Amino acid sequence: MLRRDTLSGAHFTQGDIACAEGAIAAGCRFFAGYPITPATEVAEHMARRLPEVGGVYLQMEDEIGSVAAIIGASYGGVKSMTSTSGPGFSLMQENIGLAVMTETPIVIVDVMRGGPSTGQPTKAGQQDVMQAKWGSHGDYEIVALSPSSVQETFDLTVQAFNLAERYRIPVFVMIDELIGHMRERLVIPSPDEIEIINRKKPTVPPDAYNPFQPDKDLVPPMAVFGEGYRFYATGLTHDETGHPQTDSAEEQTKLVRRLCDKIRRNRDAIVQVKKLFLDDAKVCLIAYGSVARSAMAAVTRARKRGIKVGFLGLTTIWPFPDKEIEAVADQVDRIVVAEMNYGQIVREVERRFDYRKITFASKLGEDPHTPEELLTHLARDER
Amino acid sequence: MIEEVHPIEKFTRKGMIPHIWCAGCGDGVILSEFLRALDELKMNLDKVVVVSGIGCIGRISGYVNLDGFHTTHGRAIAFAVGLKANRPDLKIVVISGDGDLFAIGGNHFIHAARRNIDMTVICSNNFNYGMTGGQSGPTTILQDRTTTTPYGNIEHPFNLVHLAAASGAVYVARWTTIHVRRIRESIKKALTKKGFTFVEIITPCPEQYGRRNKMPGPKDQSNWLKEKSIIQHFTDPLKAEVGPERIVVGEFVDIEKPEYTDLLRRQTIAIQGRLDQEEKLTNAPL
Repeated sequence: MLRRDTLSGAHFTQGDIACAEGAIAAGCRFFAGYPITPATEVAEHMARRLPEVGGVYLQMEDEIGSVAAIIGASYGGVKSMTSTSGPGFSLMQENIGLAVMTETPIVIVDVMRGGPSTGQPTKAGQQDVMQAKWGSHGDYEIVALSPSSVQETFDLTVQAFNLAERYRIPVFVMIDELIGHMRERLVIPSPDEIEIINRKKPTVPPDAYNPFQPDKDLVPPMAVFGEGYRFYATGLTHDETGHPQTDSAEEQTKLVRRLCDKIRRNRDAIVQVKKLFLDDAKVCLIAYGSVARSAMAAVTRARKRGIKVGFLGLTTIWPFPDKEIEAVADQVDRIVVAEMNYGQIVREVERRFDYRKITFASKLGEDPHTPEELLTHLARDER
Repeated sequence: MIEEVHPIEKFTRKGMIPHIWCAGCGDGVILSEFLRALDELKMNLDKVVVVSGIGCIGRISGYVNLDGFHTTHGRAIAFAVGLKANRPDLKIVVISGDGDLFAIGGNHFIHAARRNIDMTVICSNNFNYGMTGGQSGPTTILQDRTTTTPYGNIEHPFNLVHLAAASGAVYVARWTTIHVRRIRESIKKALTKKGFTFVEIITPCPEQYGRRNKMPGPKDQSNWLKEKSIIQHFTDPLKAEVGPERIVVGEFVDIEKPEYTDLLRRQTIAIQGRLDQEEKLTNAPL
């Protein structure tokens, strides 16, 4: 029997399409978006595919509305996603805060290009990674994943939905343009090999339901609009009943701490890294996204030359893999951080390792770091 | 002893009342007439969702004992569009203010009307941003004074019924909060008509607007609305003006047009039917 929602088998396709297929395989049935390079292919593929699986594609009037629409659909019980690039991601920030505050499971894909402003629409960048953490106002924690291949784009998009549903949060898939537009082999597993997590539903009758009363894991079960629970959600600070509490320091403290802690306390279950030759490494190269591919090639070449280097790839960017970096920091003399920006994640690394022993390899514009360029940074002590 | 219960108390959310609205504000009229309309229509209240944005009237989604969502400023309609597109079984009502719906959220209003997506938008138009202390907005009357137009407003206001009609709404009406029964009848019509329906309700704001425009008492603006409003059903919305000397109210649009979720459902069924056929053919034994 064919499963239209999981196109199991081998494909030759691009990251943007792998992302769309990952979403559909994860159960996404609503996409609202606005065209923007280099994320348009995600929307185009969703427009073609969603009706085939009974889902809805809706082109919104802007990215602000796109996030509002997917929050609305998620409250209607439908797994929902949008995709965009830097300028659209900027417009989305306020409603990302709304999704955090109303604990709405949604997935936002940012196919990163060069900025600031309109920047270089068709060229890759990794300039939105700090915005992903800090873009909306107020204290909050976020989950952001960074794929390094077309296959990983599919896999991480599925995971993004699972994390969003598990913790009732917005989750970001931070693809860079190179991965989004690059074509390579994708193998979609059979449906029974794909883990799907769905949000917790209330187990109490409507009159006993408090929409923001958490279980022990700090996550409240989520009712669906139209099922008789008759509940209310607001972007205002609220108590467990959902009622606004705009004057209470106690309620503000309780809510903000819980929204952050439900992610902080689960960081070990969320954070994923890639490790290569780290066991006896004296130099560690840290990278993510498309740069991780060059990094792995560089480290492999360095090892062939007998240089003791290792690679730490950040599959999860947020919550930040601080423990994993601290573990490496105890054994290495030097860390090299390579990013397609002018210094973002390197600052987080500096908080965990002596900044005087960190080399930052910045790259802006069209081309990512070549393995040879990275090798120069890795082999510096060998001269 | 007989306990007296307000007839619409069962529709309000316990713990959220008393409301935040000032004496003389018309938002309470909108709340009670909306609830009476629901009552008279005997709607399945488990299927009604109220969505609102930011502002005084924005609190209404918490006052009603229904599913409710209080969005960011201006985004109530965008939220409602996403919800309705996926849940055509729900009756969705957006209730918000003139600034929320037509300044910061203006884009979502015109596009939702263009799509003719089934929902009712009720606008409490008080000509200013009341919650933030009375600043000018997209409907502030020419030459009127607000805290940000201290020398008089020199910007032309939107004519909301004209905007709604031009954007594609299938039902458009305007009343003031003194037209209590007509508000209810219009809301009932809007709720029962399929498509994007719009009811503008001109609302006194004595605390922030009236007192800066020579109508300081709680009743002064209501008296002005009573004296100056004239009912002109189905007049050209372009000519349905709102000014100090004349407020044209009535029903202006009541037309039929294919609705978005109907078209969506039909298209999806057609696509899936075609696929079923193709799969039958490809999987057919040779």
